[in-house]
Amino acid sequence: MSDDRDEHKPVKPVLWARLLFVLPFVAMLWVSSYNRIEPMVAGIPFYYWYQLLWILIAAVLIGIVYRVER
Amino acid sequence: MAINWTALVVFVVLFVFITFLGFFAGRWRRGDLDQLHEWGLGGRRFGTVVAWFLIGGDLYTAYTFIAVPALLYGAGALGFFAVPYTVMIYPLLYLVFPRLWSVARKHGYVTAADFVRGRFGNKWLALAVAVTGIVATMPYIALQLVGMQVVIGAMGIETSGWVGDLPLIIAFVVLAAFTYSSGLRAPAMIAVVKDTLIYITVFAIIIAVPMKLGGYGPVFSAIPAPKLLLPVPPSGTWGMFSAYGTLALGSACALFLYPHSITGILSSSSGRVVRRNAALLPAYSLLLGLLALVGFMAVAVGVAKMPEFADGFKRYSNNFSVPAIIIAMFPSWFVGVAFSAIAIGALVPAAIMSIATANTYTRNIYKEFLNPAATDAQESQMAKIVSLVIKAGALVFIFFVPLQYALWLQLLGGVWMIQTVPSVILGLYTRFFNGTALLIGWIVGFGAGTWLVMENNFAPVYPFHVLGTTFPCYIALAMLVLNLVVSTVLSLVLNAVASDKHLDKTVASDYV
Repeated sequence: MSDDRDEHKPVKPVLWARLLFVLPFVAMLWVSSYNRIEPMVAGIPFYYWYQLLWILIAAVLIGIVYRVER
Repeated sequence: MAINWTALVVFVVLFVFITFLGFFAGRWRRGDLDQLHEWGLGGRRFGTVVAWFLIGGDLYTAYTFIAVPALLYGAGALGFFAVPYTVMIYPLLYLVFPRLWSVARKHGYVTAADFVRGRFGNKWLALAVAVTGIVATMPYIALQLVGMQVVIGAMGIETSGWVGDLPLIIAFVVLAAFTYSSGLRAPAMIAVVKDTLIYITVFAIIIAVPMKLGGYGPVFSAIPAPKLLLPVPPSGTWGMFSAYGTLALGSACALFLYPHSITGILSSSSGRVVRRNAALLPAYSLLLGLLALVGFMAVAVGVAKMPEFADGFKRYSNNFSVPAIIIAMFPSWFVGVAFSAIAIGALVPAAIMSIATANTYTRNIYKEFLNPAATDAQESQMAKIVSLVIKAGALVFIFFVPLQYALWLQLLGGVWMIQTVPSVILGLYTRFFNGTALLIGWIVGFGAGTWLVMENNFAPVYPFHVLGTTFPCYIALAMLVLNLVVSTVLSLVLNAVASDKHLDKTVASDYV
C-alpha cells in the first residue's frame, strides 16, 4: 500500500506508455472495421461484443500506463 | 394501470432509508460546511473507492439508464454510440484531469472557470466558461426528473395533474433539504447505496432475461436486419459511419467539462485517485453497454404489444421500454428494488449537478461581479441557496415546459460545453492561447453551433460537404474545430501585439 506521501508524488509521464491511448481512439473511430455481424459470440453479433470488449481493453491499457508511471 | 403495492412499499422503504443517509452524511468526515470547498467539494477528501461511486453515480445517471436502452429499442445500432463514447472518455480522464486536480488544489479552485480566471487572468472568459456550464447543466437536471417520472408512473401512480406531480415534488424537497444541509457528502454517501442497487438490477436483467428467452441468439434474431448494423454509406458520403464516430468523439470531449463532472473529479483526495479511477470506472461503462442491450431484449419480449403497457408507451414512448421489461419479467418486490435504483439514481446526479452549478454561480458570478468582498461563510451560504433555486427551476421546467424542449436544450448543451475545450483542456497544457482570442473563439463556436442546430431542426448531425464528399458530423465537434481555428489565428496576432501571458497566476510546477 502507498502511504500519503506517495499519493502526492508527481507522476513522470512515460511517452511510449501514453501512446497506447491512441489505440482505443483508432479502434472506435474506424467504424467500418466493426460494422459486421460475423463472427458472432454466444449469439451476439460482432458489432456489439467487439465494442463492449474495447471497454475492457481500454481499461487494461489505462491500468498498464498507471503501473508504468507509478 | 393498477397500483403495484409490493413494489411501491419496497420503493418507499428504500427511499426513506436514503433520505436518512442524506442527512446523516453531513457528519461524515466532518468538515466546516461554512467553507465552499467543504460544502461543495466534500473537502477534497474522497479516496479511490468513494470517488469511484461518486463519479460513477454522477456520470451514469438514471436518465442514461432509461434513455440509452430506449435509443437501441427505437433506433437500433446507432444507439450503441454510447459505448465507443465511454471507451474514449477514460484515456482523456487519465491524461488531462489529474493536471486540473493538481492546479486546483494548489490555488483553491472549485470550478473550471476558477482555473480559467487564474490561468488567463480574463474575467470575461471565465464568465463565458461559467455561464456555459450553468446553462448546459440546467436541462440535464430536468431530464433526471424524467427518469423518476417514468418509474413512478410505471408503478401505477397517476402522474398527470396536480396530485400526480406530488411524488416528484416530495422527492425533490427531500433532495433539496439534504443537499442544503450536507453538501457533496450527501450524494457521495447515497451513491454507494444507489450503485449497489443499480449493479444488482442490471446483472439480474442481463442474466435472467436471456435465460428465459433461450440465450442472446433469440434476442438478436428478433431485431430487424436494418437496425442490427449501421447502414453502409453509399459512395460520395461517409454516411452513418462518420455520424457514429463523431457523435462518440464529440460527446467524449465534452463530458468531463460539465460542472458536475469537474466537481466529482476535484472532490478526489489526489491526482492518483483520479488516475486510478480512469482504470476502474469503465466497470460502469460495461454496465451501461450491457444495459443498452436490454433495449433489444424489450423488442424480443415484445413489450410494445402487451396491452398492459400500451398506456405507458403512449405516455413515455420508448423510455418506457426498460420499466416495461422489468415489470414483465420480475416479481413485484424486485420491481420495487429496480425502480428505486433508477429513482435514487436520478437523485445523486441531480444533487451533484445542482451543487456544481451553485459552486459555479457563487465563485464566478457572485464573488467575481456582485460581491467581491464575500467571506467564506457568505460564499458557502450563497451556494446553498442557489442549489435550492436551481432545483426549483428544474422542477418548474419539467412541469410547465414540454419535454421536447428539455431534450433540445440538452443537445444544445453538448454543443455549448465542448466550446470550453480550448480554454480548459488545452489551457492545462499550454499558455499559447490568448484570453481574448479564446473568448472570441468561444463566441463564434457557441453562436454558429446554436444557429446550425436550429437550422438543422435539432438533429445533432449535419452533413458537411468537404472536398467533394459528404461528411456527416456531430455539430458540436465541427464547431469545436471552428472555435480552435479562430482561437489559434487570433492568438498568433494578439500574442504579437498585446500579449496577456504575464497575467498567468499559475506556474509549470502546479501541474503534476
